[in-house]
Amino acid sequence: MNLYDIIFYLFAAITIISGFAVVSSKNIVHAAFNLLFTFFGVTGIYVLLGADFIAVVQVIVYIGGILILLLFGVMLTNKITSVDIKSGTLHVIPAVLGVGIFAGVLISLMYTTNWKTSVLSDPGNTTIYNLGKLLITDYVLIFELLGILLLVALIGAASIARREKD
Amino acid sequence: MYDILTNIFGNQIVAYIIGAALPLFVWILPFVLFAVLGERKVSAHMQDRLGPMRVGYHGILQTVADLLKLLQKEDIVTPAADRKLFNLAPYIVFLGSYAAFAAIPFSSIYIGSGIEVGIFYILAVSSFVVVGILMGGWASDNKYSLLGAMRSAAQIVSYEIPTAIVVLTLVMLTGTLNLNTISQQQTAYFWNWNILGGAAGSGITQILLIPFMVIAFVILFISTLAEVNRTPFDIPEAESELVAGFHTEYSGMKFAMFFLSEYANMFAVSAIVVTLFFGGYQSPFGYLGNSLGIPWLIPVEQLFWFLAKGVFFVFVQMWLRWTLPRLRVDQLMTVCWKYLIPYAVFNLLIVGIISLL
Repeated sequence: MNLYDIIFYLFAAITIISGFAVVSSKNIVHAAFNLLFTFFGVTGIYVLLGADFIAVVQVIVYIGGILILLLFGVMLTNKITSVDIKSGTLHVIPAVLGVGIFAGVLISLMYTTNWKTSVLSDPGNTTIYNLGKLLITDYVLIFELLGILLLVALIGAASIARREKD
Repeated sequence: MYDILTNIFGNQIVAYIIGAALPLFVWILPFVLFAVLGERKVSAHMQDRLGPMRVGYHGILQTVADLLKLLQKEDIVTPAADRKLFNLAPYIVFLGSYAAFAAIPFSSIYIGSGIEVGIFYILAVSSFVVVGILMGGWASDNKYSLLGAMRSAAQIVSYEIPTAIVVLTLVMLTGTLNLNTISQQQTAYFWNWNILGGAAGSGITQILLIPFMVIAFVILFISTLAEVNRTPFDIPEAESELVAGFHTEYSGMKFAMFFLSEYANMFAVSAIVVTLFFGGYQSPFGYLGNSLGIPWLIPVEQLFWFLAKGVFFVFVQMWLRWTLPRLRVDQLMTVCWKYLIPYAVFNLLIVGIISLL
């Protein structure tokens, strides 16, 4: 077990323990703050896998965007912070069935996918140049479509937030 | 750099930990001690006072005395506060501001991590500060703290957009996100700095770029000022409305942690401005080490120039703080969304067209 294994298990433990705390927490604000550690653990695993760009995107989108939006939503909603949310066990059989099927699909995918486990020719190299080239050559249509989708969302948000003129 | 440290300490892990802790102990802590004093002196002289004069010569040891006082203070946690989150918040805020130093090149031989996503990483880790501020504000269970935290988070999130657009302009011009490479490109003399068109452009393009780079610099400076909650954008801790904003309930060393991260953040954003526009660690007039033939002097000179430029911009921030009045919340959002973002986008387009010429 070398150093990288230890770091991997550390980040994996952070992710799983805080993820468990998110779903089992009685206080909704605590659940939201525990998400911070879940996202952080996932970021650490991305860094260990050599996906530097994805790791930074994970931080900027999930911690900088979604988590803060979530906290704003939770904190600005009246009377939600003091309510005890139910985190007990309900409907055991459907839950076990659902989770079991989902886990089965994930595990079978994990074993059937042809993972690229070979070591990169240059592990110190960064992924951003290749990602950028792929985005404007092979995947340019998807890239542009996503851009239009985000633009539509932006215009929609602005038009909802706009004050109606009398 | 890490090779040298590994040779000295014999162990890779120890070397990396020491390399990571160097900026904190060698630069940030002394810097904060003197920046706090500097702020008081700047404010005093702008208001025709003398400021602290009694501890040491002209009060230079005032902050050391204040620190000793803060260390002895009782650590108060109010009974209604959420203990766990309340205690965690100062560390998350400091983590966010210190993590940015990992990608800042202090000198050509000292950069915490030369990752290729450098400036993008710095923009990303600043979101830890927002989460920490929200955590502290909510856990204090105080309406002023919560309001201050909300204002602060809204402000930082809004002003991240013009910052990101200006950074994008620079990335387009220099073709890299790595701050070390950006610094290297602005080598030799000050007319190669990005504020004066950068080294990439030639002749006429470089001259055409100058006004747009100045606009980009002004937008970046204003929005980084807002990101560190400094006047004229200090409504999150507006003393006359909110006592002290999100850290109202903190005392002793936890309050000192917030203070430390505020000043560390001020230097970090100044360092970003310096690296993107003012040549980073490059000297404006060439190196003494080159003309004297002493190669080891060059990194030392670079460190000097970097810190001098960074401290200059921290001084400008203090100067503005004691000159300008505070903006209202609606004015703050108007400045960001109606002026800075459109200007930054048009600037991005124009710089793109010019660099195609």
